[in-house]
Order: sequence, then C-alpha cells, then structure tokens
Amino acid sequence: MAPPLLSVRDLRVEFDTRDGIIPVIQNLSFDLHAGGTLGIVGESGCGKSMTALAVMGLVPGPMGRIAGGSIRLDGEDLVAAGEQRLRQVRGNEISMVFQEPMTSLNPVFTVGDQIGETVRLHQGLSRREAVNRAIEMLRAVGIPAPEKRVHEYPHQLSGGMRQRVMIAMALACRPRVLIADEPTTALDVTVQAQIFDLLQDLQAETGTAIILITHDMGAIAELAERVIVMYAGRKVEDGPVGEILGQPLHPYTKGLIRCVPHLEADPPVERRELMEIPGVVPGLSQLGGVGCPFSPRCSESRPDCNMMPVEKAGPGDHSVACWAVSEAAS
Amino acid sequence: MHIASVLIRRILNAAGLLAAVLILCFTLIHLAPGDPAEVIAGEMGGATEEMMAEIRALYGLDRPFHVQLLSYLGNVAQGDLGYSFYFNQPVTDLIVERLGATLLLVISALLLAIFLGTFLGVVAARNPNGLISHFVTVLALFGYAAPVFWTAIILLILFASVIPIFPASGGMYDITGPDDPISRALDIAHHMVLPVITLSTIYLAFYSRLARASMLDVLGSDYIRTARAKGLAEVVVVYKHALRNAVLPVVTFAGLQFAQLMSGAVLVEAVYSWPGLGTLAFESLLRRDTPTLLGILFFSSMVVIIANLLTDIAYRLIDPRIRSGAR
Ligand SMILES: Nc1ncnc2c1ncn2[C@@H]1O[C@H](COP(=O)(O)OP(=O)(O)O)[C@@H](O)[C@H]1O
Ligand SMILES: [Mg+2]
Repeated sequence: MAPPLLSVRDLRVEFDTRDGIIPVIQNLSFDLHAGGTLGIVGESGCGKSMTALAVMGLVPGPMGRIAGGSIRLDGEDLVAAGEQRLRQVRGNEISMVFQEPMTSLNPVFTVGDQIGETVRLHQGLSRREAVNRAIEMLRAVGIPAPEKRVHEYPHQLSGGMRQRVMIAMALACRPRVLIADEPTTALDVTVQAQIFDLLQDLQAETGTAIILITHDMGAIAELAERVIVMYAGRKVEDGPVGEILGQPLHPYTKGLIRCVPHLEADPPVERRELMEIPGVVPGLSQLGGVGCPFSPRCSESRPDCNMMPVEKAGPGDHSVACWAVSEAAS
Repeated sequence: MHIASVLIRRILNAAGLLAAVLILCFTLIHLAPGDPAEVIAGEMGGATEEMMAEIRALYGLDRPFHVQLLSYLGNVAQGDLGYSFYFNQPVTDLIVERLGATLLLVISALLLAIFLGTFLGVVAARNPNGLISHFVTVLALFGYAAPVFWTAIILLILFASVIPIFPASGGMYDITGPDDPISRALDIAHHMVLPVITLSTIYLAFYSRLARASMLDVLGSDYIRTARAKGLAEVVVVYKHALRNAVLPVVTFAGLQFAQLMSGAVLVEAVYSWPGLGTLAFESLLRRDTPTLLGILFFSSMVVIIANLLTDIAYRLIDPRIRSGAR
C-alpha cells in the first residue's frame, strides 16, 4: 500500500488553564490515504474539532499549542514547519469546512470575493480570473444562478447555501485534504443529505481526501472507509467502517452505535428504544487523569480501569484501547 | 433601502427638527433675564427711557412674543437669519465667516480621534497584555477624567510656555506673518495642534477603548477563523477581514457624538481664542445678541444633521446588511 498522504503520530495538544496545563488531545495517531475518507466520531467535547485545528496549524494560541507528536503531509512534518509554510498549506493543500455556516463567512464581503481571495492568494489569479473561478466553483457546488450569486453577500443566502459556499471556497484550490468538521450539524435534515451527497460527488471528481467529522453514523457508513472513535481527547477505537459499525469492540463505541436507532436493520426488541450512554463527557479540567477516562460511565468497568488502557490490535487492522476487550480477545 | 430615498426622508425630518430647535431656543432666550435693548443702550454709552423704547420699536422687541417668534421663523424660512445688533453685520455673513474655523477644528479632532483611536484599539486588541493595551487603558482613564478646559490650560502651559513649541498667543494664525497660501496654511496647522489635541482627547480615549473591545470581539468570530484557514497573512486577516467589521461601532458613535464635539468646541475655542462659532456664541451670549445666537444654533443643528446623514451613508457603504435593509 502507498504511504499515507496525511499521517498523524502521537499528537498532543495542551491548553493553559486556571487549573494548570491540560492535555486536550493525547497520543492521537491516524492515517489518511490519498483520495480516501476517514470518519471521526465521538460526543461533543471529545476533541474532534481540536484535532482538525491542529492539522490546520490553527490551535488557538497563546493558551493552546501542539505539545508533541507529528503531522506529516506527504512526509513533511507540519508541526515543525514555520508559520509561512503553514500559510501556503492552509486553504491550498489542506482546507477546512466549519460547523457554523451562518457565521463562518465574513458578512461584509461578497461570496465571490471570499472564494476568489483564496485562488488569488495561492494561485496568483487576477481579480477577473478569480471571479470566474468563483462562479465555476459555485456552479460545482450546485448553487443556481452562480453569475448572480457571486455578487451577493452571505446574509442573502440560506444556511445550506452558505455551507455550499464554504465548500466551494475550501475546494477552490483543489486541496489534497478536506477537513469537514460537522458540516451539517447546523442544517435542516433534508439539506444535510444534500451536503453529504455533494461531498461524495466532489470527492469522486477531484480525488480530494476527506476527514469527515460528524455525529451522523449513516453518513459515516456511506462516505467513510475508516473510522476513529475519540473520547476525552484520545482515540479509543480505530478500524474499517464495516467493522466499527458491525462489531464495535470498545464499550463507548457500542454505546454510540446504540444511540442511533436505524443502523441495525432488525434490532432485537429490547434495543428498539433509543439508548443513551449514562453520564457526560469529562470537562476540560478532568482531562489528563491516569485512569481510563470512560470508566466512570462504563458498564464493563473493572479494577484495571484505574490505569490507562494501551492500544491493542484487534482482528484485522482494527485496534482498541480497553482493558475489558484485550482480555476478551486473548 | 436606497440612499436617495433615505436622503429625501432625512431632509424632511431635518426641516421639522430645525423648526423645533429654533422655537425652543427662541423661547428659552426670551425667557432668560436681560434685555437686548439695555445692552445696545449700554454700548451707546447710556440712554433715556424714550431712546430705549425707540430701540425696542426699531428691532421689533415691543411686539408680543408669538408675533416675534412667527416673524422670525418666516424670515428664516426665506433664508434670512436677521441682523446682528452688536456686530453690525447680517447674521448669515457673520456665521459663514466663522463656521470654517470651527469645522476645521471639529473635523480635524474627529478624524484624529477616529483614526488614531481605531489604530490604538486594534493594536491593543491584538496584544491585550502589551504596552499599547495598557496605554489605551490609562489614556481612557485620563480622557474621561480630565475636563476639557483643564486639558486646554495644561497643554498651553506645557507646550506654549514651559516648552514653547506652539504659539501661546492663540488665534488661528499670526497676522504679522507672511500671507502667501502655503505659509498661511502651515501657520494655521501650527496654531491648530493644541486645540485639536485638546478637543479630541476624550474622543480618542473613547474610540480606542471602543475599537479595542469591538476588535477583540471580532477577532474571536468564526469568519476570522475561516480567513486564517484560507492561509491569509495575519495582517490581511486583521486589517481587511476584522477591521471592516470592528469599525462599525466607532462609526456609529462618531455620528452620535458629533453634536457633543461641536459643543466641546465652544470651550476649546474660548481658551485658545480660536475665531470660530464657539467664540462667536460666547460673545453674542454676553451681548444678548439674540439673532446671532439663534443663527449659530441654527447652523450648528444643520451641521449635526448633515453629520448624521453622512454617518448613515458611511454605515451603508461599510455594512451590506444595512444597505439591503436586512437588519
Ligand atoms: N479555545 C479553547 N480553549 C480552551 N479549551 C478549549 C478550547 N476549545 C476547545 N477546548 C476544549 O477542548 C476539548 C475538545 O473540544 P473540541 O475539540 O471542540 O470538541 P469536539 O469538536 O469533539 O466537540 C473540550 O474539552 C473543550 O472544552
Ligand atoms: Mg466540534
């Protein structure tokens, strides 16, 4: 197999807080292959967005920083790269679509200006060429009457349209990696499906690799090849999408999947009710403990769980970090 | 909404507002103790009762209040602001002569406060614990606390007397100096420095704090994160994407505070003997020169109305959401 396009190893992101230095991401490793799609799932506050920002080199400073590990794009370590090099990568080789389409576009510039700005910056297009490229991109993301829309301001567009504009902007320079951070969470259900379809079509066309962060297990099943499950800033399970959804090993993953009603075609009677994982995700100040962070909420917790579980290879290239599983598997 | 229709609506509003201002001021001045005829008589070196009555009849001061008011409003509507007893000149000529000096002072002070204030605010917001940020805090404290006349006198003592780098004589220029346009302009600029600084201090303090708060808010917004994610340089992110949004409150307040600035000019002009409307207002108040006083109020109101109109237009140019009436 070809070496991965994007390879993250032992990533650690820290924040300075009133309670001292808190690790928000720890020991995070994953690979993304050219043209592939990696899903990242986990409840809110598990560090998915922070992972995305770390890859972009946009961890909010000066309180936050990447404190260790590597993020290699085609072998080049972006953690070690200077700000100037990172600016060449952002928007050009790695782009990002954010969760909040209503507020992610600048209200005082036209959508054409905002899309065109990227290509003028990275590809040196003239103002007129940039407008043409913007129109082309708007058409590609399925916005009707792009020649007219290109001169409109964000407030003149609906949320779904704005997210399409964000996607057009992110893909304008044909990046090798697109990070979509919950691109549909803020949108209507009908629009959500359209946006996922659009991402899938554009990927087929451009070959862009996608990191898809979402709560939508249906979209994960449809778009992703691999999935990583995050909890409290750590990866708890990692594997091909079929195995993660079909034979989840980690109690947390099982819980997440049980929360989704329609994934199993014919669920047993006792599962027909929507389940939820008891308790809540640990807050910022509770990160960085020595035990398994999920154990307080875990139905399978055991004495071992007051030590951090190590990542164990499961069947195939499926891996999991859980004491209960490593025992059951051996 | 279109700028043209806004303009028409504003002009209609303005006419009503001006009439209201004039009626109110006319009434107030009429109610105030003192008799213009007495002041005129005093200027003439004393007068008998008959002469006083004659003066009153000559200037129409013997007519009932409402007749005086209506005839005044009628004249104003025809563009006639009356004649100054004291300066022996039509009020309009008198004011136009002085208006330029005041506008020069007020607009310079306002521009200084807006541009320098915004710049300081932006720099402070980018580094909230830096030197400039602390400077803005201290400046704001000083600006709010120091009364204008005090600042004026302290600056005069410091920079015209102790370290004499600016003229102490006051006025707008040195009448004994060369009168070619360039030397005159430089001389005016030299005379302007202290009055402009005095007048702008409080606004500079206010706008730098306002810009700092607004910029901090904008820098934390999602579209700034988007701009960074595009790979834009930090300078472009701050001065293009953030500033255009952050400057909106400053523009709003500058428009609202223009009237305050005009009234602040009265004090500053008095201390620096700046030959503007403020000095004229001061003199005409002492002389009971009612037509001049009313004329000044009329012109000042007009200037404030025009300033607000310009603010509105500027706001529309900066923020597309207002232009299309979406907010
Ligand atoms: N700017 C920040 N400063 C401090 N902590 C933050 C900041 N942003 C996020 N965090 C913390 O980082 C953790 C992960 O957050 P995030 O990556 O946004 O989660 P997710 O995207 O999975 O919902 C949370 O505990 C959150 O409180
Ligand atoms: Mg998030």
